[in-house]
Amino acid sequence: MQQLVNTALSGLTLGMVYAAFALALVMIWRSTRVVNFAQAPMAMVTTFVALAVIDAGHSYWLGFGLALLSGLVLGAVVERVVIRPVEGKPEINAVILTLGLFIVLHALASVVFGNRYRSFPAPFGVRGVEVGDTTLGITGFGIFSIAAVLVVMALLVLLFRVTDLGLRMRAAAYHQEVARLLGVRVGRMLTLGWALASVVGSLAGLLIAGGSLVHPGFMDSIVVFGFVAAVLGGLDSPVGAVVGGLLLGLSLSFVSGYVGSQLVALTALAILMLVLTLRPGGLFSQPAQRRV
Amino acid sequence: MSHPLTGESPVAGPSPRLALSDVTVTFGGVTALSEVGLLVRPHQVLGVIGPNGAGKTTLFNVACGFVRPDRGRLEWRDQEVTGLRPRDLAGLGIARTLQGLGLFDRVTVLENVMIGADRHTRSGFLSSLLALPGASRDERALRERAREVLDGLGIAAHADRYPASLPYAVRKRVALARALAAEPDLLLLDEPASGLSTSEMDDLGRLVRELTERMSVMLVEHHMDLVMRVCDEITVLDFGRVIAHGTPDQVRDDPAVLAAYLGETVGEA
Repeated sequence: MQQLVNTALSGLTLGMVYAAFALALVMIWRSTRVVNFAQAPMAMVTTFVALAVIDAGHSYWLGFGLALLSGLVLGAVVERVVIRPVEGKPEINAVILTLGLFIVLHALASVVFGNRYRSFPAPFGVRGVEVGDTTLGITGFGIFSIAAVLVVMALLVLLFRVTDLGLRMRAAAYHQEVARLLGVRVGRMLTLGWALASVVGSLAGLLIAGGSLVHPGFMDSIVVFGFVAAVLGGLDSPVGAVVGGLLLGLSLSFVSGYVGSQLVALTALAILMLVLTLRPGGLFSQPAQRRV
Repeated sequence: MSHPLTGESPVAGPSPRLALSDVTVTFGGVTALSEVGLLVRPHQVLGVIGPNGAGKTTLFNVACGFVRPDRGRLEWRDQEVTGLRPRDLAGLGIARTLQGLGLFDRVTVLENVMIGADRHTRSGFLSSLLALPGASRDERALRERAREVLDGLGIAAHADRYPASLPYAVRKRVALARALAAEPDLLLLDEPASGLSTSEMDDLGRLVRELTERMSVMLVEHHMDLVMRVCDEITVLDFGRVIAHGTPDQVRDDPAVLAAYLGETVGEA
């Protein structure tokens, strides 16, 4: 029983981080129809920014904040400099550019930050929380991870559902031409969309790194898991990304706990194949026409 | 604003809102429009009619920047805007409806109209990103104004529904509401009567007449009775050329118009 609870709790923690990463992929997919494979190295770079700040003797929280801020800037720059020039061309061009960016950022990070493993601090305990005599399979940092992702999701829901800016961003994502006709600055909305997605991706990077080791490739497996989570929920659905992330986190945690940790990557790919075969649109797909 | 003494328009009055002169458009060797000129005057409805393939839609697309003319000149309030792009329209105070309506299906009716109303209540980019108090006040103003426009068109009851769930005639009104929410000086209407019943068309006609209190309207339409009833002036196109221009009565009796619409044998008879 205790193992069941603990497996579920650690799956939940991991699932929340996958959910954040998947959400970042979905945000970009919805607005520009690009699967941003560079999301992982982008998050890696901003995590190293945090590490540089912390290693310079500043607090974890300053590093945390600056990493998210640099994520915002990096996302905007990538959209303006890399993606915008191929706007209107086949979308595969942009996807291939994100793959190129993946390699470039990797190489740059190796040069700038070095290629060895470095430990990344966590602001909260990384040992199981103790309730009475039993130690639960969730850490203080795990609770913080879940809370941080929930807060970011709530802020995004507020932005997109309640504010006029969010409405314009949605309009720009649904019908670029019509939105432009109505005076929406579509280019700006796309830049902002990439910037915000990159912040969410950076958050996932920081949460994966916390209390663990970082190195230029430390996010690479997360882009696979995040992508599986996004496809599981349906690439078009933010809610689906979150649910997909949680489902994936739980599944992988149970496979790792009850079957064997060497099967985790295989399980993720099996889930991906299963979804693409049985329900290619994902669990939360809705038949909707966009992009007229 | 306008100088009555220097006004060159044939009918005395303020200078035109939109003026096209000598507009020529070719698509791969086919001439869609040839030396077309027209004027939309303040508080007037200009109708553009013509048989199928006469170039009405091309002309409409030139007026809203979707098609760049090969030759010719566009003026808006006496300023040259020949290189007009669709994204400039809202800023100039021009709104248009689309034949396909172009409603945002995953956004409520009210929000659709709010997107259109954005021009006037735009709070700064950063302040709305940071949700500053001023931004949320603007937000409320935007919502209220969108609601007023819906109310004015008699569709406020549908404010919180999604466009896809509504009948076509209501969706058309939503599209119109979205264009009106920007409080434009010129409204470009592309085939607004298509798919409407006779009584709905009567309502539309009355509505367009009311709009002239606040704006000019350019109407591209092939329902002849609506055009005759609603327009102050009509420009008739055939094979990409202006074959007639004048008041509805003048146009109705013009032999060239009769010939274009009824076929040449009748014209010759």
